[in-house]
Amino acid sequence: MTNLVVVSAGTGIPSLSTKLADRLADATVRGLGGEVQVKHLELRTLARDLADALVGGVRSAALREAFDMLCTADGVIAVTPVYNASYSGLFKLFFDMVDRETLRGRPVLIAANGGSARHSLMLDTAMLPMFHYLKAFVAPTGVFAATEDWADEYLVPRIERAGTEFAAFMRAHPAPTPEDPFAVADFSTLLGN
Amino acid sequence: MQIGLFSVGDVSADPTTGRTPTEHERIMNTVAIAKKAEEIGLDVFATGEHHNPPFVPSSPTTLLGFIAAQTKTLLLSTATTLITTNDPVKIAEDYSVLQHLSGGRVDLMMGRGNTGPVYPWFGQDIRNGVALAVENYALLRRLWREEDVDWKGKFRTPLQGFTLAPRPLDGIPPFVWHGSIRTPEIAEQAAFYGDGYFHNNIFWNAEHTAQMIRLYRRRFEHHGHGPADTAIVGLGGQFYMGRNSQDALREFRPYFNEAPVYGHGPSLETYMAETPLAVGSPQEVLEKTLAFRNYAGHYQRQLFLVDHAGLPLKTVLNQLDLLGEILPDLRAGFAEGRPAHIPEAPTHASMLAAQGAHEAPRHDAVDDVTGTSPYEMARA
Repeated sequence: MTNLVVVSAGTGIPSLSTKLADRLADATVRGLGGEVQVKHLELRTLARDLADALVGGVRSAALREAFDMLCTADGVIAVTPVYNASYSGLFKLFFDMVDRETLRGRPVLIAANGGSARHSLMLDTAMLPMFHYLKAFVAPTGVFAATEDWADEYLVPRIERAGTEFAAFMRAHPAPTPEDPFAVADFSTLLGN
Repeated sequence: MQIGLFSVGDVSADPTTGRTPTEHERIMNTVAIAKKAEEIGLDVFATGEHHNPPFVPSSPTTLLGFIAAQTKTLLLSTATTLITTNDPVKIAEDYSVLQHLSGGRVDLMMGRGNTGPVYPWFGQDIRNGVALAVENYALLRRLWREEDVDWKGKFRTPLQGFTLAPRPLDGIPPFVWHGSIRTPEIAEQAAFYGDGYFHNNIFWNAEHTAQMIRLYRRRFEHHGHGPADTAIVGLGGQFYMGRNSQDALREFRPYFNEAPVYGHGPSLETYMAETPLAVGSPQEVLEKTLAFRNYAGHYQRQLFLVDHAGLPLKTVLNQLDLLGEILPDLRAGFAEGRPAHIPEAPTHASMLAAQGAHEAPRHDAVDDVTGTSPYEMARA
């Protein structure tokens, strides 16, 4: 069984970011074939918990569950609205709170939803560097959807192509088994003996 | 079971009055709190070590020495001693002297510090945090145990034929705990040496704390120090008591909301649900504290954070009076169902008894000019 986790930082209900994320998930599932479990993380529902974790140092049960989902994901679809030429603060905060090693070697499909196609390079200038820093495997094809794209027949094949390619990318890059955070080397190796 | 206090030593404004104590007041209040701890029958007072405002305890052995002079039974400890940025030779000297002055009422807890800049201030690099903790502690142990130390490491000037002065009291080094919230290597370090492991038990949910303690217990057994359930575990915790729950919540809420560590974060109710913080009647605090055993197993030391977040001295002392009232029940509760083979935390007295009472000091100091020894003169 393949685990696909879909992270959306959309804040509205309904949200175009979430709609984009869902469609990418559908396309990826079609590409993967077989049994796929899709889990959705709507960051808007975690906004308060994330702020509390940042300021108060306490990770709520909902946050711990969300981070655990990422730890066992075979692929992650990460979608954000564009704010000020970059990802939203909520999106960044979520990935700031994730343990640093969680995304290492894990396939990620990036996508964003913005008001204008003039923001479309933010996939490469903002999202890509962050996921590279986290040592994720980012699929080469991401999707940027501008508002006008939702009236454009080409959005559908772009989503389909990104999903199909991501499915192949996931097969080519199996996610590492999550490391036990409480695993430890014998102390003699720490002592250098 | 040892029960006591640990103090972070923050100088914070009282949010209900806007008044911030002076550093001098805060330091003297800490002394008053430690004396009160002994008065109500607590076993331990542990001070933090910080080298930046708004904290005052930058020189723990000065503070603990002063408290030692004004107490009789209180065990003096740290929470924590920075094994990363302090010179292990200086730690060995300072705590050796404190042992002598206090009559062996000393142990200490190693930690790596809570602020990044403290490393460069003392010429170190935070990226070496764990490596420093490993190397410095390995040296510290040798300084306390061997009279003639040749040593070479990565982080400090080599030593040739170095002898720590003074030697530890009765040749017995202070018992050491290692504090770590989330670094498995430190739990492993504690287990490797058969030292104590302390979890501050303030920020994290019980499941996380339980996993760290399980790791320590499992590795304690692995390294041959005895069964996992005999490993030496300490826990932190924090409470605010009122005569009833409503009073406690009402009185503590403004302090919680403005607290330096978690203020402006989660609500008090969320924090109480997610962490060991207990705010309520004495009975509620008693019950929540006794439930720590459900995830930690039978353990040896319980320290409470009481003096923080701008709580005025009067309130803190009042909290300690309330703690004193539930102390007999707390002790009885901890004793309940505790198997006989679960050890107490080692103390100087217990280690001395184990070593053989009244054994002569291992090192007879000899005057290097006259060749006379005060020990021989005393025996003559």
